[in-house]
Amino acid sequence: MSGWSMIRIATILVYLFLFAPVAVVILLAFNANQFGGFPIEGFSLRWFEALWNNDAIVRAFKTSLLLGLLTSAVSTTLGTMAALAMVRYDFPGKRTISTLLVAPILIPEVVLAVALLLFLQALSMPKSFGLLLMGHVVFTLPFVVLVVQARLVSIRRDVEEAAMSLGATPVQTFFEITLPLMLPAVMAGMLFSFTISFDDITGTLFWKPGGVETVPTQIFAMLRNSISPEINALGAVMVIFTIALPLIAASIARVMSARKLRTSNRKTQTA
Amino acid sequence: MAADIAGARRAPWMLLSPSLATVGLLLIIPMLFIVVYSFWLRTATGADQVGFYLDNWIEVLGDRFYRDILFQTFAIAFYTTVICALVGYIPAYFVANTPMKSKAFLLLMLMLPFWISYIIRTMSWINILGTSGALNTVMLSIGIIDEPIQMLYNQTTVVLGLVHYLLPFMILNVYVSLDGIDKNLTEAAQSLGCTGFQAFREVTLPLSLPGLAAGSLLCFVLAAGTYITPIVLGGPRDAMFANLVFEAIVTQLNWPLGSALSLVLLALLGALVVIYTRYLGIDQIAKSFK
Repeated sequence: MSGWSMIRIATILVYLFLFAPVAVVILLAFNANQFGGFPIEGFSLRWFEALWNNDAIVRAFKTSLLLGLLTSAVSTTLGTMAALAMVRYDFPGKRTISTLLVAPILIPEVVLAVALLLFLQALSMPKSFGLLLMGHVVFTLPFVVLVVQARLVSIRRDVEEAAMSLGATPVQTFFEITLPLMLPAVMAGMLFSFTISFDDITGTLFWKPGGVETVPTQIFAMLRNSISPEINALGAVMVIFTIALPLIAASIARVMSARKLRTSNRKTQTA
Repeated sequence: MAADIAGARRAPWMLLSPSLATVGLLLIIPMLFIVVYSFWLRTATGADQVGFYLDNWIEVLGDRFYRDILFQTFAIAFYTTVICALVGYIPAYFVANTPMKSKAFLLLMLMLPFWISYIIRTMSWINILGTSGALNTVMLSIGIIDEPIQMLYNQTTVVLGLVHYLLPFMILNVYVSLDGIDKNLTEAAQSLGCTGFQAFREVTLPLSLPGLAAGSLLCFVLAAGTYITPIVLGGPRDAMFANLVFEAIVTQLNWPLGSALSLVLLALLGALVVIYTRYLGIDQIAKSFK
């Protein structure tokens, strides 16, 4: 056997290792077995029905969704502005600022969680949804900055300069030229921050008030009490949700850019 | 014109100020605060005694219990990192050298685990290794064993769970640096008489070391800072350092002690990051976001 085909087999095995356990979660979610484990006894949606009727889980899902959407809105806005500054301008202290912006990922999340929690408690702010939001924003911000920054570099400056030399104001230029060109980068940032927030458990367990659960902390609590068969169904929903979302977003982006290309072609043709 | 220049000078700071304020208020000041807090004292009544007490630090740095768990944490993080490096290099090499069409697919598959929740990937091993899991079911049905064996809740499963969680970070980082290597270099080495393996050892491997180092740093730091995996996949004796922090802060509500504990973790992992950035630069890690 050649070296290359051995490498290929090893690669397949590693990919299997990465995906097999998750595939088993999804498989068991549809299993009719009354204990939810092996053996596989047939196809059933009973666990999804159980999820739907479980108020605690539905509540956790709503909390996660709201938290993820708010986090993504705030940290994408802040992160995009910061990324613009980093890519478009030169200023003294740029290296320090860049380190400062990624600081939240250089610090272990546990430490970040403790610091924020204790600081706000000292200001006599109790654990709340607001604390969760603040924590998620500061933790996702560096990812947005990095992702948006990486994509902004490829946007050519001269298009904006052309618009301005044709009489557009800086504000007009931003909304008519820069923002549409930046949209894929901003969308990537939004998705990234949403998914990180939606999946986070390390910080969330520190910050969440008693009685409030997100989906990951709900799964964690269910795991600690007893392995309930609904867990696999909840896991399957999470996987489908976090994987389907980027895929849908990517295809929307593709359709949008295709349409834009078509309209701009039509414009050039009529012109 | 003068107003324009002043405006251009102010613009980046206006764009940066919300982010800097967020990081400053929600990260930098809180970090400084826990440094101060670690010198306070939690009294028996549950109130904090403000002052300069070394009690927490003496307890954290002097007690064998904490030292043993710190040692165990670093051992687990070390095993995880070494296994990730050994197991992750091969697929990274394959993806970097595969023809374009399957490359995009393999890269997409490599990104997928990042989108799947950490807690789900961790708990998924219970379905595989648990007493009613896949492995036991298979072994029972073909008669290797007569009754289910418990394979979970030990240090090995903690390492396994962490490897499963962190492997994509390693593969991606190694891939980025392998992909950046000029193919002409290995071809040149081979045309000068190197065997394929020699060319790999003398050219490709050294050039991929920055990626391997970046991946290792990420794996080590993330592994050493976790407390979820040991709770889900470990036994009662497999606690890691972050579990102590969680216990002190959330369960015992001993916040000054928890501050000191988290600062120890920060100092040790921070030292690693600083040493790393001194020699290799933080840009290597940022590369994998492109």
